[in-house]
Amino acid sequence: MSSPRRRLLAWFARRPAAGSWALLTPGLLWLAAFFAVPLAVLLGYSVMHRGTYWGVSPGFTLEHYRRFLDPLYLAIAWRTLWIALATTGLCLLLSYPVAYVIARAGRWRNLLLFLVILPFWTSFLIRTYAMIVLLRGGGVINSVLMGLGVTTAPLDLLYTPGAVLAGLVYGYLPFMVLPIYASLERLDLDLIDAAEVLGARAFSRFRRVVLPLSFPGVAAGSLLVFIPSLGAFLTPDLLGGAKTMMLGNLVQSQFGPARNWPFGAAVSFALMGVVFVGLLVWLRVRDAEAAA
Amino acid sequence: MGDKIADSARALSTLIRARYLRSFSHPGVRTLSVPPPIVEFRRVSKSFGDTRAVDAVSFAIHPGEFFSLLGPSGCGKTTTLRLLAGFESPDPDGGEVRISGEVVNDRRPYERRVGMVFQSYALFPHLSVERNVAFGLEEHRVPRTEIPGRVERALGLVRLPPATFARRRPHQLSGGQRQRVALARALVLDPAILLLDEPLGALDLQLRKEMQFELKALNRSLGMTFVYVTHDQEEALAMSDRIAVMCEARVAQLGTPADIYENPRTEFVAQFIGEANLFGGTVGQGGSGAGGPRVVTMGDGRTFQVPEHPAVRPGAPVRIAVRPEWLDLFAPGAVPPGENALPGVIRDVVYLGETMHVVVGLANGQLVRVALRNEGQLLNPLPWRRDDQVMVAWRPDDCQVLEPA
Repeated sequence: MSSPRRRLLAWFARRPAAGSWALLTPGLLWLAAFFAVPLAVLLGYSVMHRGTYWGVSPGFTLEHYRRFLDPLYLAIAWRTLWIALATTGLCLLLSYPVAYVIARAGRWRNLLLFLVILPFWTSFLIRTYAMIVLLRGGGVINSVLMGLGVTTAPLDLLYTPGAVLAGLVYGYLPFMVLPIYASLERLDLDLIDAAEVLGARAFSRFRRVVLPLSFPGVAAGSLLVFIPSLGAFLTPDLLGGAKTMMLGNLVQSQFGPARNWPFGAAVSFALMGVVFVGLLVWLRVRDAEAAA
Repeated sequence: MGDKIADSARALSTLIRARYLRSFSHPGVRTLSVPPPIVEFRRVSKSFGDTRAVDAVSFAIHPGEFFSLLGPSGCGKTTTLRLLAGFESPDPDGGEVRISGEVVNDRRPYERRVGMVFQSYALFPHLSVERNVAFGLEEHRVPRTEIPGRVERALGLVRLPPATFARRRPHQLSGGQRQRVALARALVLDPAILLLDEPLGALDLQLRKEMQFELKALNRSLGMTFVYVTHDQEEALAMSDRIAVMCEARVAQLGTPADIYENPRTEFVAQFIGEANLFGGTVGQGGSGAGGPRVVTMGDGRTFQVPEHPAVRPGAPVRIAVRPEWLDLFAPGAVPPGENALPGVIRDVVYLGETMHVVVGLANGQLVRVALRNEGQLLNPLPWRRDDQVMVAWRPDDCQVLEPA
């Protein structure tokens, strides 16, 4: 009468926590194997000596972290930070109006959302190559400008920080549009009417009602853009060239051609540190806003 | 406690009246004994796409009046209120909305001196109670030093002790408390007209009754004009000075609660406000007796008398409404002379506390509801039981002749 299946179900019914653990275990195992373990290995590498040809040799040293403080590398870190911040800011400025229109678009809403995520249907690599076609010396933009007589010689568009910025903004725009859209779509329209009848003109209604209530979306979108921008590797590699190296490229070169694994690992952890500090600051700001 | 509220209400109302008179620019206003209407709709129409939400609606609201727009959902009452608030503009050639005599068709809500309480309360969730109430004052550039005092007075007016509630967020309040904050937020600006869009819809019955009473008291003590939208006929009857019953984008009837209940003009009004039994037939051609000019013959040949009415013309089809409480029951043969009487069989007896409803099936299959006052059900049980043969009777004057649809 009491089959193994029944016994199993009864066992779980008596232990609600066991059920939760059973559901969590596959994901936890995955993360442990492919995130936690490699991270620990990397942390170990970052304080070991450099191997003769590649890899690491045993020992303990903080020289790699010290080396990161060299002005050469700090300049790269600084460039990475401002490009990531500028990407986030530009994405925010471009996305908010788009998200606002989509949230009010009625029956066109689904079509517009579909268009926003349409670029994901092609590989990011291919789309970045397409930007090279647009930006390079004999590319589409320069041809048009010269054809119209606006410029006489091709402009240096490719391999500049501007090109990297353009590529990152293009790539991460949907990550900003979608969370802002989600928060604006939930906004109770009566609130805007209420503000208007209380005397608020259009700008005031936006600043005092719409904007603060869409703040969770703005914050989520900013994080979703800022963090991957900090670690960006492909875009600066293809559009920025050697002159516009970001931390991601530095890490790649240390594990690749430079064959300095411990330094690469140290830079990775420095980058994670920056993200972590940024996150803490953001949480502080958010809590302060909530308490106000 | 109660005295304090009355005092602050009186103080605020004096303030409002003073402002109201000053804001009045019409030169003839003091010489008229009846003040001009504060709100006037003149054949106002509003369409959304192919749908007419409001169709040539006209009415006037007097200063200080508690005026209700009553109707089923989709009848246009909320659009009418939004036209008055300024969230919507009438169609081109869609008539005039006037406030204090001035055409305001294209004025924004903040240019109309109206306040509004929304069905959803529409409190700003990111602001505390006191910041919610202060919002309008800040937008109107009221001096910073004046704001806390006015917020406190407004909260007092709706009986929310500022010490307890000022710093709470809307999500920390009960439905009734949110309602009061919404009210305070509108009242703090001393609007000439307060618009209320089903404000009690989300409250439980007990709280509704309490708030109905308080709203009515505020309307009286502040002397402020209230325009109240509801689909609840009992609520409208209990609170309003006058009611505009709306049906399919038009005003079906406008009048005092008693007028509308006692003299419903159309079948819709008769059935929407309270309960009504409808009887129909053809008016006789002339002479006296069964074919007389005030005698209606029903489809099954039975007759009843009707009072004088423009719709009662020889040979015309006519319908009447009879309220359940206007009807009485008699044993066959015991009907007093001169009363209309139709034979039937009792189908059901429903005990409702203050009344008892007896459902009678007539010979033609129609069910008639008769309301009998409860005169001590336990001491004097009803003499009627299911399946008894009875006469449903009413005096010829105790009915309302309905206008042809």
